[in-house]
Amino acid sequence: MISLQHVTKNYPGSALPALDKISLEIEKGEFVFLVGPSGAGKSTLIKLLFREQLPTKGEIYFYGRNLARLNKKALLNHRRQIGMVFQDFRLLKQKTVFENVAFALEVLGKAPKEIEYKVSEVLDKVGLAGKEKSFPAELSGGEQQRVGVARALVKDPLLLLADEPTGNLDRNTSRQLMELFETINCEGTTMIIATHAWDLVDQMQKRVISLEKGRLVRDEKRGTYGYEF
Amino acid sequence: MKSEGLTAMNFNFLRYCLRQSRDSLKRNFWLALVTSCIIAVSLMIFGGFLLLAVNISQLMQDVQSNVEICVFLYDDADKDWLAEELQRLEGVETIRFVSKEEGLEDFGRTLGDAALVTGLQGENNPLPDAFRVTASAAELVPQLAQAMRRLEGVEMAEYGEELVGELLKLTGWINRLLVGVGLLLALGAVFLIVTTIRLSVMARREEIGIMKYLGASDWFVRFPFLVEGIAMGWLGTIVATAALVAVYGKVAATLQQDAFAFFLRPVTSPEQLLPVFTGLLLLGTCMGGFGSLISLRKFLRV
Ligand SMILES: Nc1ncnc2c1ncn2[C@@H]1O[C@H](COP(=O)(O)OP(=O)(O)OP(=O)(O)O)[C@@H](O)[C@H]1O
Ligand SMILES: [Mg+2]
Repeated sequence: MISLQHVTKNYPGSALPALDKISLEIEKGEFVFLVGPSGAGKSTLIKLLFREQLPTKGEIYFYGRNLARLNKKALLNHRRQIGMVFQDFRLLKQKTVFENVAFALEVLGKAPKEIEYKVSEVLDKVGLAGKEKSFPAELSGGEQQRVGVARALVKDPLLLLADEPTGNLDRNTSRQLMELFETINCEGTTMIIATHAWDLVDQMQKRVISLEKGRLVRDEKRGTYGYEF
Repeated sequence: MKSEGLTAMNFNFLRYCLRQSRDSLKRNFWLALVTSCIIAVSLMIFGGFLLLAVNISQLMQDVQSNVEICVFLYDDADKDWLAEELQRLEGVETIRFVSKEEGLEDFGRTLGDAALVTGLQGENNPLPDAFRVTASAAELVPQLAQAMRRLEGVEMAEYGEELVGELLKLTGWINRLLVGVGLLLALGAVFLIVTTIRLSVMARREEIGIMKYLGASDWFVRFPFLVEGIAMGWLGTIVATAALVAVYGKVAATLQQDAFAFFLRPVTSPEQLLPVFTGLLLLGTCMGGFGSLISLRKFLRV
């Protein structure tokens, strides 16, 4: 599904590359943790996959298509197949929970009836039934992140990218969120999650890709976090 | 099936745009109002000039078509033959013979004192016999005068060349002033629209950022702002048109009743006024849309 070939990313003005000749494959339906110390290049990799940025060298293929060669329409299509979850949730505070999630479908020009149905369904799935009319400020951090996940999920993405989704959550809430991710993954969505939550990584026994200073240093099928704290 | 889906999508999109624009206008209510007012004022002034220009050009037509050609004759000219020849010229409407005696009387009347010309009667009369000719259309006058000068027995054929020339010069100036002032005002209004739209882009910056991650197309992001700008343009135009219609109606009515202004006949026919007002609406729309586009180019890199 995803294939990186010798991908290097240099940001202008910094001597060391953020990513250095990374090659890897990710299959459909996989659950992948992206780990590594701060500045290792995890966020950069996620931005490249969303095609928010282009690699300096090397190629990224998504279902066989080179991400550097997408025209405008294909780029939109690419992004529409991907759900994004952020560390800081990025909810619109003047919109309710329902409206925040519905926004993802409005942007795609879906009909109100379909939106109503899909949003209720996905809020149910993430465990937020009954909170439709609340505003983000009235929710706990964990609940806010569930809204973020619901928004990413409501358009049935092929791939879900999450950059430190538990970064602002306590341990217990983080575990519940990871369990939600596991459920979503079981239903067929490929997951790539950049995280520092070492205990959860150790517990969940998923594929772990470790980056250090932009280099791929470890890639294990049932890995652990692998760094001491 | 496919086109059905497309139409539904466009309809949802349109509804979304209108809602967004409405919310934006609500949020920036006062600024949007001020912007609309400035557009209204500039269109009012512009429209006022336009109405003035329409009236002046009408006045010009009147003056020109009332212009008589004075055909002065040599003493030995064959008047009957000339009268026939003049009548035969294309575009001649009426001809009237003015003998030198009548001409002198006219002249005395014009001076306001018949006594001044008493010594000039009879043998001493310096004036020639003349025909006074009117043309069926103003623009024919110069050619007709030219043709008459070539006729045997005609000494001169004159019409108010100077007057017509002056009037043409004056309307030229007025038109130039109109274009200049109109351009300045339009520029100011467009600049205000740019500012308003920019503020509303800023207010929704966060939302726009998220829209990108949700896969919104550029036009999906931009269109509501364009609608917003055009809405302000329309609001301004409607206000301006209403004000102009009211004021112009009043002025026209007053002028038509005023006996001293009998020579000023304001244009009231819909055929002449409608283009003015559709022009204003078009201008308002363009100003709104143009301002938005500039703003989006500058502040909304999607
Ligand atoms: N927009 C940018 N411009 C310049 N340099 C950047 C930019 N984004 C990231 N970098 C640099 O690239 C390197 C990798 O950054 P990245 O954000 O990918 O790290 P990370 O693994 O996500 O770190 P963290 O765990 O702290 O989020 C860092 O050295 C960072 O300074
Ligand atoms: Mg990061």
